[in-house]
Amino acid sequence: MSELKDKIQDVIDSEPVALFMKGTPDLVMCGNSQRAIDALRGAGAPITAVNVLPDPEIRQELSAISGWPTIPQVFIKGELVGGADIAEELAASGELEEKLSEKLGPDYRGRAVQKVEALT
Amino acid sequence: MERLETLLRGAFPEATDLRVVDRTGTGDHFHVLVKDVRFDGLSLVDQHKLVYAALDEPLKDGTIHELRITTKGS
Repeated sequence: MSELKDKIQDVIDSEPVALFMKGTPDLVMCGNSQRAIDALRGAGAPITAVNVLPDPEIRQELSAISGWPTIPQVFIKGELVGGADIAEELAASGELEEKLSEKLGPDYRGRAVQKVEALT
Repeated sequence: MERLETLLRGAFPEATDLRVVDRTGTGDHFHVLVKDVRFDGLSLVDQHKLVYAALDEPLKDGTIHELRITTKGS
């Protein structure tokens, strides 16, 4: 396994909520990444963001791991939740908050930090 | 757009609703909606993966720049 693949897998496994996106939360480079962030923020989720743009290999390795071809990708406790459409859909129905509460504990909002992880 | 519809029809021959919308009128930002009994019991992730699989070619060759997906079971 490549070193990069290990790093990606590590972020997915160890971060409460991992968001692989184009750009960073402060400088979003794609409308769909913005939609995913908005959905997660609306649900009060902690967000660990990874910008896939610096190295095309991040995206390739990530999609090989997840079986999901597009960016953004949202993971909660290691589980692929989906892209922007599913994040929005779950946020609208309240299921996103339910899932966060179930996986991270009911007090997850109190620990809602936002950080950026650089892989390369 | 027709190509996308053809690919989706091929992958979801039983779909009771199937629509492709060119969101920007530029032939590269699409919203596809598929309603199919095949989605029953599948997670949203697995439902969307089926749509991605059907559109693998236009996704890879760059025809689709951005894709929104809505799936529904029966």
